[in-house]
This record gives sequence, structure tokens and C-alpha cells, in this order.
Amino acid sequence: MARLGKQYSDGDVIFREGDTGTCMFVIQKGEVEVFVESDGHELILRKIGANDFFGEMALFEHETRTASARAVGPTHVLTIDKKNFLAGVHEDPSLAFRIVKTMSHRIRNLTDRLAKYEEDI
Amino acid sequence: MTMVEDLGRLSKRSGPQSSSLQDGSRIAVVGAGPAGSLFSYFLLNMAEAVSLDIGVDLFEPRHFCHRGPAGCNHCGGIVSESLVQRLATEGIMLPDGVVQRGIESYTLHMDVGDVEIETPLAEKRIAAIYRGNGPRNSEPLDTHSFDGYLLELAQEKGANLVPRLVTGVRREDNRMRVTCADQYCNDYDLAVIATGVNSRLVESLEDESREFRRPGRTKTFICEFLLGRDVIRDTFGPSMHVFFLDIPRLKFAALIPKGDYVTLCLLGKDIDDELMQQFFSSPEVMNCFPKGTVPSHVCHCYPRINIDAANPAYSDRLVMIGDSGTTRLFKDGIGASYRTAKAAARTVVFHGTGAEDFEKYYAPTCRAISKDNQVGKVVFGFGSLIQKSRFARRGVLRMTANEQKNANGSRRMSEVLWDLFSGSASYTDVFLRTLHPAYIGSLLWNLVAGNSPSASSRNGHGRGQECDRVEH
Repeated sequence: MARLGKQYSDGDVIFREGDTGTCMFVIQKGEVEVFVESDGHELILRKIGANDFFGEMALFEHETRTASARAVGPTHVLTIDKKNFLAGVHEDPSLAFRIVKTMSHRIRNLTDRLAKYEEDI
Repeated sequence: MTMVEDLGRLSKRSGPQSSSLQDGSRIAVVGAGPAGSLFSYFLLNMAEAVSLDIGVDLFEPRHFCHRGPAGCNHCGGIVSESLVQRLATEGIMLPDGVVQRGIESYTLHMDVGDVEIETPLAEKRIAAIYRGNGPRNSEPLDTHSFDGYLLELAQEKGANLVPRLVTGVRREDNRMRVTCADQYCNDYDLAVIATGVNSRLVESLEDESREFRRPGRTKTFICEFLLGRDVIRDTFGPSMHVFFLDIPRLKFAALIPKGDYVTLCLLGKDIDDELMQQFFSSPEVMNCFPKGTVPSHVCHCYPRINIDAANPAYSDRLVMIGDSGTTRLFKDGIGASYRTAKAAARTVVFHGTGAEDFEKYYAPTCRAISKDNQVGKVVFGFGSLIQKSRFARRGVLRMTANEQKNANGSRRMSEVLWDLFSGSASYTDVFLRTLHPAYIGSLLWNLVAGNSPSASSRNGHGRGQECDRVEH
């Protein structure tokens, strides 16, 4: 048996907020938590598992990473190159469909959380 | 009108009609290799997205759970770096049992020395797989067929597996009639041929028509060596071993480590016993194996591969995908199956099943692959020149070895070789990179330095010399 991707141990940081990104990642096995740091405190934005992707904003923007990501337990992560992805989308726009769908889902989730936050304050 | 008459009619561009799938439409997919299963998977996925209720019958007489030839699709078994990434982006993750080994590097063997080219990101993104369920007499403990896995995905999406051998596809009253060896027959709104080039069906279509030309083919040789997991780890490692040897008619040779086996894949012109004997007796090959001895193989085949596109590859309510239609020259055939399968599925769901639809939306993908193959022939032509010239081989070896030693420097030759061996980039992309002045300048310098009297005295005439070899 073999597994593709790069292996990370529990707590290994995959990328840090502020890094320049040129790829996104797909989890092959294990879990990853995406978090931001503010005033010495960590805020976990989400925890994702096998077959989920993260770091996708780097494929569409030239900005730095907006959050950090680290492995939770033994994790295998596959890197998706920006060049490979964009070449694929150029030939077959539907390749981006799953990413657009997931990003749409995440925006909906954030909107719900923001609405709840405004209600609370 | 028979299907082949219709294909001939298409080549004359006479009166094809557009048509589209409706709720209740039925599609026959002949062949459940990667092209057939991926087509079914994407077709049903896209149909679901646009709320189109269609039925897919996937004809495949083989059982991929069988070991040896009965369940095998006769292929070297490499899923390229670019395809692994695209499948992951689509949400298709290759399970542990399917991936026999993740390839981390390529080791290039030449008479002037060896060099290991490491993956650019130190990450396993190339998968060594079995198309069937492993070689003859192998232990199926942790082996899962790649083709079987894709078939399961298609079935999970709703494709209906029909375990029958298709012997004929005919046009009857504007529908496609599929007939099988056991006299079963049924009519469909679209027939998709995904049988590859080794099937009798495509051969019979050519025999019946002067207008239709099936894909050009060449014979290859594939065999499996049983060495055991530990021996493979210690001798081959997670590296695919490729050979640049000056053997007439040999285009490409690779040893691919898998679970307990190593797969040998030989590509060339008219592969025969003489060519194989020369290959097996070359020191570069023998030294790859324990004690310098090539063991007997436990399973072998001489499959043909597609080296030229079918013409025409589509008609009204009919399309040929994967190797039956067009594929990449020598490399990444599974990647080409993915591209043609998805292009055909997009065409069928969003545009229609008429010849005009395929001409407008499917043919560009086939033409892009064929055009790139023309460049590929030039690239392999240069490769042949290097194979024949010891002078050139020394320069290539020196340039690659120096790049591998220098972790932070540019890796122009390494990247060219990596993409050429792995099939991860188009031949056009590879070719254009070889025209870069920095690449040409560096190659010229290494040709001179690698063949200077001082380098020659250091190199001697053997293989694996210290200055040129990257230890592995």
C-alpha cells in the first residue's frame, strides 16, 4: 500500500499566514486545521478532512496567505500547482466547478456566522 | 446505415445533424477502462448538475478483480503528476490499495553514468498502479485495480455495468444498436466507443469501411518481475528507472517499482526478441537488479499502443474516446483518456450528440493532443540523437548531475527530463523550454566540459563515475 502526497506529523505547519502562495492543497489522509493568530491568540477557522482542499485563494490571487494551516495527527497532503490548475481550467473550465462550489459553500457559512455574530453584539 | 458508413459520411462533411439528450435518454459506453469509466462518471455528474435524468449502460466483459491477463488492461501503469493533481481537484482521490507505490524520483541510466532526478517538491505525486488486479499468481492482499476503482466510481454515480462483450454497433432508425456476442442487443441515443486499440471491435470497423481509419499502432513489451517488497525498497527505492541506451529501434524503456513487483515497459519500433535480448544484456539494466542478474519474469504481454489518431473519431450519436480515438504519444495515455472522456461528456451534456457538436466542442481536444504529438515526435527525435551520441550523453549527464547537486540553482535540464519521463507537461511546453537561451548555453557548456580531456580522464569509459553520478 502506498499513499500520494507529502507526509506531515501532528502540529506540523503546512503554510503560515503572510506566506506567498502558488499552490493549493488536497488532504489525502488525516485532518488539517486552518487558523489565524491575533494578539497572541489563535482562532481556529475550520477543521477539514480527507478529500477537502485548502489554500485555494492562492490559485486566483497574488496576495499572501490569509491564514495558517497545520496537520492534526499524521496527515498526507497533495499539492496542486497553480500552473497545472490554470492550464487545466483553460482547457476545461468545469475543472474549477468543485472549487467554486466549495467556495460558495464556505461564503454561505461565513455569512451565517457573521449574521449570528452581529445578532450576539 | 452501418456505423462505419456513417463515419465515412462524416469525413466527407455531408449533412450531420445536431441532437441533444433528453430526460430518459440512454447511452451505451463500450469498454470500462479509464476512458469509459471516467466518461460515465463525468457524464452522470454533469447531467445531475443540470437536472438531466439519463441512463448509462457500461459494457465490460472483464472482471478487474481477476489477477493476470483476465483482469488486466495491459499497460505500464503510471498515473502522471498532472493527472494525479487534476483528479484530486475533481475530488477523485486514489486509495491506498490502488497506489502500489508513490514515485519520488526518476533515475536515468546511460552508458556514461546514472543520475537521479528528484521530484521538484519532494512529494509523491506520481502513482504506480495496476490496471488489473496484479500480475499472474500475485497475492491480492492489498492490491486494488485502478480500472476497477474508476468503474466503481462510475457505478456509484449510477452507471449500469453490463458484463457482455460488444461485437457490433450499428445505426438503426436514428438510434445506435449495440449487439453482443451472446446475441443481446439494445438501442441507444448515443454510443461511446472506449475499447482501446487492442479490441476486435475497432479492428472490425476498419475492415468494414474504406473511409474509417482506426488509430495507428505499435507493439510494446510489458512484463513483471517478482522481487519482493524489501528487495525493491533496497534496490529500486521509490524511483522509476529509465534508460537512454544506444539500442536500435528502442525509443523508451522503464522499470517501475510497485508492491512486490517491478514492471518493465519497453517502447520502440517493431519490438522483437533481438531488441529485448540486447536490452536485458546491457550492463545498465543488469546492474539495476540484485546481484546484477535479470530474473525471469512472471507475467508478460505485447500490447499495442496508439501512436496516431482515429479518423474520423465521431459521427452523429457516436464518439470514440481514449485510445480508440486519440492519445498522447508514448506517455500519459491515462491522462489523455481523462481529457477526451471529459471533453466528450461536456459536449454531450451541454451541446448535443450530433456530429456538428462533436466537431465544434470535442474535436479541439483531440486536435490539441494530435498537434502536441507532432511536437513530441521532434522531441523524441532529439532524444534518439542523444541516445546515439556518447558525446551528447556526457553533456546531458553532467548538466543534470550538477543541477541535482545544487539545490538552489536552476534545474532546466532536470525539469525537461522530468516532464519528458513523467508525461506531466505537454511536449510543446517541453520543446519550448529547450529553446531558452540559458538552457542552450548551459547545455553547450556541459557538452564541452563533459567531453574535455580532463573530464574524459576522470570519467574513463565506465558507468556511474564519481563526478557525474548523484548517489542514490
